[in-house]
Amino acid sequence: MSDDLWILGIHMTKFGKHPDLDLVDLAGQAALAALDDGGVDMRQVQVLAAGNLLGGAGSIGQAVQKQIGQTGIPVYNVANACATGATALRTVCMAIKAGEADTGLAVGVEKLSGAGLLGARPRTEQEGEWKRSGRFGAVQPTDGFIGTESMAGVFAQVGMEYGHRYGGTDFELFARISEKNHAHSTLNPLAAYSKRMSLEQIMGDVMIAYPNTRPMCSANCDGAAAAVVVSDAKLRTLDPDQRRRAVRIRASVLTTDPWEEACQVLPNVNTLTRNAATQAYEQAGVGPDDLDLVELHDCFATAELVHYDNLMLCEQGGAVDFFNSGAPWRDGRMPVNVSGGLQSKGHPIAATGIANVWEVATHLRGEAGPRQIEGARVGLAHVIGLGSACGVHILEKAAA
Amino acid sequence: MADQIPFVDYLVLGDEPHLVARECVGCGARYFDRRVACAACGTRDFAAVPVPRTGEVRAFTIVTFAAPGVPVPFVAALVDCDGTSVRGNLVGVDPDPEHVHLGMKVALTTYVTGTDAAGVDAVNYGFAPVGG
Repeated sequence: MSDDLWILGIHMTKFGKHPDLDLVDLAGQAALAALDDGGVDMRQVQVLAAGNLLGGAGSIGQAVQKQIGQTGIPVYNVANACATGATALRTVCMAIKAGEADTGLAVGVEKLSGAGLLGARPRTEQEGEWKRSGRFGAVQPTDGFIGTESMAGVFAQVGMEYGHRYGGTDFELFARISEKNHAHSTLNPLAAYSKRMSLEQIMGDVMIAYPNTRPMCSANCDGAAAAVVVSDAKLRTLDPDQRRRAVRIRASVLTTDPWEEACQVLPNVNTLTRNAATQAYEQAGVGPDDLDLVELHDCFATAELVHYDNLMLCEQGGAVDFFNSGAPWRDGRMPVNVSGGLQSKGHPIAATGIANVWEVATHLRGEAGPRQIEGARVGLAHVIGLGSACGVHILEKAAA
Repeated sequence: MADQIPFVDYLVLGDEPHLVARECVGCGARYFDRRVACAACGTRDFAAVPVPRTGEVRAFTIVTFAAPGVPVPFVAALVDCDGTSVRGNLVGVDPDPEHVHLGMKVALTTYVTGTDAAGVDAVNYGFAPVGG
């Protein structure tokens, strides 16, 4: 027996538009499907962690329980920006590691179809006399007057800063990263968008925040994902079929951004990701070269580039060369975002951190169909939420 | 001339408008917002220090799609003012990738963003290209 945790069952709903399903329907469906996938039901679950960031659902965990099983177990409703799903999963892992449960359920759900630009709040007309407010003592909202608060603009600067530091970036490079993910999505029936897009189409689309055009931004959509986690001791009591499909969690890590010069001026998404990756590789006893696939947080094309480096898939400063080598394409040395990534699969925020784990787990189980990465044994799932929080999970195929 | 007030409380107007940072007396970390304590070292005392008026563009984006009411396009940038990073818009430059460059040298400038009911101008800062 070991301290290892296992994903026993996991599910991701179709990402896209679900006009007839509300948050509770979607989360409930994902949770039940994950339980079915693991061959267990709510009576075995001893802890539930649930996340919904923007839906205003309040206690989403209890709302889901009221649809699928009010068993009286503790519920943790979590919120951690775009890392909310990973935080739910991590919460369940901690409870099991602490010995307070042997079976836990993590759920993330979001409805964002038609949500538009995230991070931006409409301006209202100034009336009366100037009055200072906020922590900068501003007389008007600062968005648009002192930089930008739009996510597309913030992450554009993140990619541009990398370019300033190491060189080799331009509009076309970032667009080619997006071209890769849209190409990958054509094999993913659960993706919100699964159309291949040419480089010309991507570069010629509506510019949101240079150098990110619309298809280079994560797609707002509806979706949910859920995972059932069990302890090693619990797994040993289960049927051989359940054990065969279980996926080992080799590392589960959550970090925040440590203070550095500039980090409160432009969010630093690099150091906390690098720290999470370092801890995860150490926990797992593997290195980047052992990974067969990576699902990383490509909320914008400009973000994917920096995370090649932050996750140490390349040498420091070598992300442009890494991409240009073809490595992150699905037939390359280190397939990245074979699901299509957030740019085409979609980004229902609180679901994303579990959906990425589902994608990796599905490959490790050899159940990814036409987009299967053959022989995948070890994979990494990464998410980052501004504020900031970073979740990294490293998964390994069960020994035969 | 109408009365003027700075757009934010860390902008000082006058003959030579400049920004003032709150510098941690313990470790030298600099901040622009109202502080409880230093996020780097926990010290609770800060000193006001002037920030150099010139700097270099370390990152930028040209925002062409923003929240309703935010005028576009505009150039948002991270400017390195001799070791102190500042967030601000680039002004006095065409907002297109042919005219805005990483590493561009810029200097702080001010402009009026609006006038309130009492006739007071709000004056904001931005960074404009200098030299070539």
